[in-house]
Amino acid sequence: MGRPAYASAAVPLALVLLLVFFVSRSQACDLSGHASVEGRFFFRDALFPGQEGNSASVALQPEFYHGRRDGSGLTFTPFARFDSADPERSRFDIRELNYLMLGDHWELTVGISRVFWGVTEFVHLADIINQTDYVEDMDGEDKLGQPMIHLSMPRDWGVVDMFVLPYFRERTFPGEKGRLRTQPVVDTDRAVYESAAKEYHVDLALRYSHTAGIWDFGIYYFRGTGREPDFLLSADSSGKPVLVPFYVQIGQTGLDVQAVLGNWLFKLESIYRTSRDRNFFAGAGGFEYSMVNAASSGVDAGLIAEWAYDERGEDASTPFDNDVVLGIRLALNDAAGTEALIGISRDLDGGDSMLSLESGRRIGEAWKIALDAFFVIGSSEGDALHALRADDNVQVRLSYYF
Amino acid sequence: MKRRWRQLIYLLTATAAALFMFLPAAAETPVEKGLAIAREADARDTGFRDSTVNLLMILRNRHGQESIRRMRIRTLEVEGDGDKILNIFDSPRDVRGTALLTYTHKFGDDDQWLYLPALKRVKRISSRNKSGSFMGSEFAYEDIASQEVEKYTYKWIRDEVYDGLECFVIERYPLDRKNSGYRRQMIWIDKKEYRTLKVDYYDRKDSLLKTLTLTGYRKYNNRFWRASGMNMVNHQNGKSTRLEFSDYRFGVGLRDSDFSRNSLKRVR
Repeated sequence: MGRPAYASAAVPLALVLLLVFFVSRSQACDLSGHASVEGRFFFRDALFPGQEGNSASVALQPEFYHGRRDGSGLTFTPFARFDSADPERSRFDIRELNYLMLGDHWELTVGISRVFWGVTEFVHLADIINQTDYVEDMDGEDKLGQPMIHLSMPRDWGVVDMFVLPYFRERTFPGEKGRLRTQPVVDTDRAVYESAAKEYHVDLALRYSHTAGIWDFGIYYFRGTGREPDFLLSADSSGKPVLVPFYVQIGQTGLDVQAVLGNWLFKLESIYRTSRDRNFFAGAGGFEYSMVNAASSGVDAGLIAEWAYDERGEDASTPFDNDVVLGIRLALNDAAGTEALIGISRDLDGGDSMLSLESGRRIGEAWKIALDAFFVIGSSEGDALHALRADDNVQVRLSYYF
Repeated sequence: MKRRWRQLIYLLTATAAALFMFLPAAAETPVEKGLAIAREADARDTGFRDSTVNLLMILRNRHGQESIRRMRIRTLEVEGDGDKILNIFDSPRDVRGTALLTYTHKFGDDDQWLYLPALKRVKRISSRNKSGSFMGSEFAYEDIASQEVEKYTYKWIRDEVYDGLECFVIERYPLDRKNSGYRRQMIWIDKKEYRTLKVDYYDRKDSLLKTLTLTGYRKYNNRFWRASGMNMVNHQNGKSTRLEFSDYRFGVGLRDSDFSRNSLKRVR
């Protein structure tokens, strides 16, 4: 599976040695992070040959930081997971390995880093800098580390961000043994590119964002290798059909806007993507209504409604082509910090729908237990969810924070 | 007859003159006096420019079990408007690195952004309702927010000795009644230094909800009084939260750029 070439290169090794050097010499170094054990329980037998059932996995994500008084600093966040079922899910990644420099009117980040753009809760359309670590979680919120030079210039009239992205990260996908996958399986070892430079194509991005009164907004242009692959039907060495990811060159204009009006948050994200094959528009918008201390119970509740549209329709690689998602966020405000986010989505054309749950609470000061769930409520042939119809599952995760 | 009239006119004139002389002082209504006290307390706390402090928060439930939160607070005074406040959470460990940025306003809603380090996401949040719990504690957002004079109306109630100090006892009433958790707050302010020593919070049904006591006042930079301990007791649910402030610093040279949305992403 396209393991990053740079992971074995000399440059990061040198950076790690530099880090160790800094850390060993400095007082202001800092180690934090978390380790977790996770069990995934599936309610039904697998649909496709080779898929395994319940699985267990362990993960570790430490973060080393060495900072200077002026705010400049070096951050190193490796990540590793070992999964009992799917070798594609067992992997190592460098989430962050960067040096941040601060000037009077600029901030420069050099190295592997993570950037988030967007406002909506269930669909993440605008977020493009980092590749999605899909095998980690389907929600699109886990991302691979992206090598970059990032110059940020905050001004009174807004923030200008410039990105040079010299290396591309392939999207991760479940392997043959993994659940929550397509059939045929995605063969990440055979990824093909439109650009002759392949993963070394240098991508560029420019973003302007600003806050004015009740408005927060950002607009960007991205030019380079699209993060979302097309799929080509092919065969592996033994003649079995596989899907080969095909990464095309794109231009993408993105917009994210949010307005806060009393207890209401109004949100809108949209993209217009151009490539050699097609140009299309996609958007997501909606609101979140917060009910603080609902009925004097001490509980904070948020009601979320979002609509997502993708001009590609059924060809969209996300399940959200013309869908409505309704959600509830709950924060119990107890000492354990109990929280939950429940969402139900429904396709307005096809009628496939799914339910997702993310919840967690602390145990003591250093432990946390999380319960996530995913259910396909209805799907039909041709739906993006159809391949996942037997993959209803519950995940239990115990994490230790240090 | 004529003399009588003249006498009456003299009397009336004298009375009017006396009224004019003494009216301004005598006519300071309890409302005016309450506002004057609040303004004086605010004026004495103006001009600190910026400050940093470490906060240890101890949550205690009905059964006496405690849990702890640690955070750092950076404040920037804004002339003509409310303060800018940055809370950086250090514990519990799962929320470490989370930061809350608030631009307090004298009028209207505050602006608030939350930084979630796991996603590297800066999220605008609604600040309209201020009665929600802060970090699961017995402090509501409105209790820890910048206390702007303009957000309340006031009334002086009485003078009394509290904890050995001559005090004003005033009441204040939130202007934004719909989004506050309180009908009124009764505040004990010492007459000499205008420090808040105690607050009784009455819920919307006007029954006593919480009592805050402030202790360990110290004077910083020869001018600004800050309590080192605050204890909030909730009379209705039996829980309490103690705040311990340490390492107060004033005039450390924080700038506007340290309170920007951008700065949230690199806050340490």
